[in-house]
Amino acid sequence: AMLTADDKKIIAQLWEKVAGHQDEFGNEALQRMFTAYPQTKTYFPHFDLQHGSAQIKAHGKKVAAALVEAVNHIDDIAGALSKLSDLHAQKLRVDPVNFKFLGHCFLVVVAIHHPSALTPEVHASLDKFLCAVGTVLTAKYR
Amino acid sequence: MLIVYPWTQRFFDSFGNLSSPTAIIGNPKVRAHGKKVLSSFGEAVKNLENLKATYSKLSELHCEKLHVDPENFRLLGDILVIVLAAHFTKDFTPACQATWQKLVGVVAHALAYKYH
Repeated sequence: AMLTADDKKIIAQLWEKVAGHQDEFGNEALQRMFTAYPQTKTYFPHFDLQHGSAQIKAHGKKVAAALVEAVNHIDDIAGALSKLSDLHAQKLRVDPVNFKFLGHCFLVVVAIHHPSALTPEVHASLDKFLCAVGTVLTAKYR
Repeated sequence: MLIVYPWTQRFFDSFGNLSSPTAIIGNPKVRAHGKKVLSSFGEAVKNLENLKATYSKLSELHCEKLHVDPENFRLLGDILVIVLAAHFTKDFTPACQATWQKLVGVVAHALAYKYH
């Protein structure tokens, strides 16, 4: 889906609330994804996936950094995440369905920490944005 | 769901004004339908051992009369989880979310079960 000018404005506004907490949000979203969708753990056999894992924390930071890049280059997410897209296509090859699971868990985390900020309109724009990121990351798969 | 996934409005021509988020939020038919859907969910929670039977007729209805793609049950289930998260915040722990994801999944499955 194309991000409209309104979507971009809404995401920038929401991100002001997220900024400063994005590492923790990334960590929590991953934890929730591993708990709710245990099949996603199959991509991390090399991780300690216990609660409080330093590896999950570190990975949450990476995920958050990528989202920040996307927000900061929202007019060209594909350009901003091009190397990450290559990595996912050539090396990681995470099945596309899993980006939906992580995006959903990220929405849940935002809902928990900023319930009043997540109006239906903001929810819609954020969902579109997260879908766009997932699409970019899987764009070079075939 | 009607706002976040606007294509789901296709099933609700009879609901009148769904032209904007404000219209949807204020629409009395939407509110009434939300009540119906959540009450039905309540029935599911009371009959977890027997979901397919509990939803048998409803499943047939959604297939034969309403013609709803079961993918929509998944969409609504995820929206419900997010609404619960916003409502219960910290109490909606990862374990709680995981269980609810399973619940919305089995409800969606039961609703799709009689499709043919």
